[in-house]
Amino acid sequence: MTTSTHPDALATRRDASPAPDGATGGKAAGLMPVAAWWIVGVCLAVLFLYPIYVMASQITWDNIVQLSTETSSGLSIIQGMKNSAIVAFVATGTTVVVATLAGYAFAKLPFKGSNVAFFAILVTFMIPFQAIITPLYLTLNDIGLSNNLVGVGLVLATFNLPLGTFLMRNSFAAVPSALSEAAEIDGASPIGAMWRVMLPIAIPGVISTTLLTFFSAWNDFFAALILITDQAKYTLPVSISILQAEGGGFSVDFGLMQTGVAITVIPCIILYLVLQKYYVAGLLGGALK
Amino acid sequence: MTTTAMTPPPADATKRPRKTRGGRAPLNSQKRRARLGFLFALPAMVMLALFFIWPLLQTIFMSLHDWPLLGDHEFIGLQNYVDAFNDDQFLSAAGFTFFYTAVMTPILLILAFLLAYFVRRGTRSARVFQSIYFLPVVIGLAAGSFIWLYMWQSDIGPTTQLLGSWGLVDPHANYFADFWSAFWIVVAMVTWKVVGLQMLLVLAGMQAIPDDIYEAARMDGASGWRTFWSITVPLLRPTLALVMVFSVAGSLLAFDQFYIMTTGGPAGSTLTAVYQIYRTSFVQFDLGYGAALSILLMIVLAAVSAGQMLLLRNSDHS
Repeated sequence: MTTSTHPDALATRRDASPAPDGATGGKAAGLMPVAAWWIVGVCLAVLFLYPIYVMASQITWDNIVQLSTETSSGLSIIQGMKNSAIVAFVATGTTVVVATLAGYAFAKLPFKGSNVAFFAILVTFMIPFQAIITPLYLTLNDIGLSNNLVGVGLVLATFNLPLGTFLMRNSFAAVPSALSEAAEIDGASPIGAMWRVMLPIAIPGVISTTLLTFFSAWNDFFAALILITDQAKYTLPVSISILQAEGGGFSVDFGLMQTGVAITVIPCIILYLVLQKYYVAGLLGGALK
Repeated sequence: MTTTAMTPPPADATKRPRKTRGGRAPLNSQKRRARLGFLFALPAMVMLALFFIWPLLQTIFMSLHDWPLLGDHEFIGLQNYVDAFNDDQFLSAAGFTFFYTAVMTPILLILAFLLAYFVRRGTRSARVFQSIYFLPVVIGLAAGSFIWLYMWQSDIGPTTQLLGSWGLVDPHANYFADFWSAFWIVVAMVTWKVVGLQMLLVLAGMQAIPDDIYEAARMDGASGWRTFWSITVPLLRPTLALVMVFSVAGSLLAFDQFYIMTTGGPAGSTLTAVYQIYRTSFVQFDLGYGAALSILLMIVLAAVSAGQMLLLRNSDHS
């Protein structure tokens, strides 16, 4: 930590000699003295972390025990966790597999109308599922997936598909076709070439797609609220909102609620801290290209 | 599945008897590849047809009907749309949604810009700050709403207690029973939750500006402010347009935060468009009318997307 690139040292140097500013490059000269920079940075960090601290400070053993037992009306947070996990697993698994296949097709296996199809998929990007939620509810009814966690997972998968397909197409497009051609000349089938040669190189794209879909499915509130009508199938965020409604007004057990929230939030924070690079790459890739 | 994917490609793939190359073979393989591509893209297209295009067409169809959850539906033409423009509750929800969007967007844009400018140095400490500011982005909007709902409870909320002990706020007030305090708490929560993402987008835009331009400006003796206004801001226009569109689209679709924190109150004053669609379709079970409101929402969103295209294109030419 105390190498020559120590931020303190670096920043001080910048500040002392603003004109011949070498090490940090010529991006617009700093408008702020170094001490102020640190004070502002730390204050902002406190503001951003404070709500997370508030949530975490309510995690007690008692609350955890209480959450793992059913409430008077039969609501179970543990069951909510399982339900959320099913939705997230179905959504993420489906999106990753379907988007990888489609992304490969659009990048490397063009067919008649593939450009039109890709464009059609991107248009979906612009229309949120909130706007067509009513007929979605009826469609799930028609295909026997009403009030079904797999149904919710498939809906969320569909609406993450455009971004996933887009990311995977870019990932595969960045791999030179010569690699798969060489494999095919050596006798691999097109599928074998994709699976053994192309996919391993495109793994960062797969991880980005996985993370983006997982976060959006695990954190979803609206789709589960509307498409699930049976309390035993409520996902975690919906269960917590019922916990709030059950308490009604002043008797809400906020400690219990915050512990439930922490169970929702902690997996996301851990995943983010471990795989930050891929998540950020996916977000930027999806937004800027 | 993943284990196979992770193993590095074998240096010498098992050689199968090679097909005769040349002649008709390339044509066949071309056809085969196209067919394979179609098969690979098929699941995506089926899912979109089933869960997107079909419901979309159905929404349009339903919006032209009186369509209760149970019982027969009846074609009524554009009556639902006419009703929408005479429906005070919907109009006030639409008005509130626009107002919320108009407040949220400049706040996010300015703060995202300032944060990006603040962490742009890319030193280790700047990157740590950047990660911290981004952290709330991975927390769900619902989860964030629950946290802030607790923070601002009267008497027992940690924030009301803390600020109350400093004499800054009244610790006994019910902040969600008053329109303006409820509104600003939601705005603060959403800012906390999404500004990190916007910051990252602006930062990526800033880093895409070549160093030479700054170098040249410095040679010419341009001041920090001058460089900022004459180089950074104009070159960031496409990025800022993008951030703006994200923020506008997200705000127009606001639901979770109001459902959880204000339940649309006090007295329905914080009902949003999506909230009103939810109540129409799933509380009052007036599905046809709910569909018509959805179509109106989509038209507004489409207009926003079109506006984005124009903004981005204009800035490319200038």
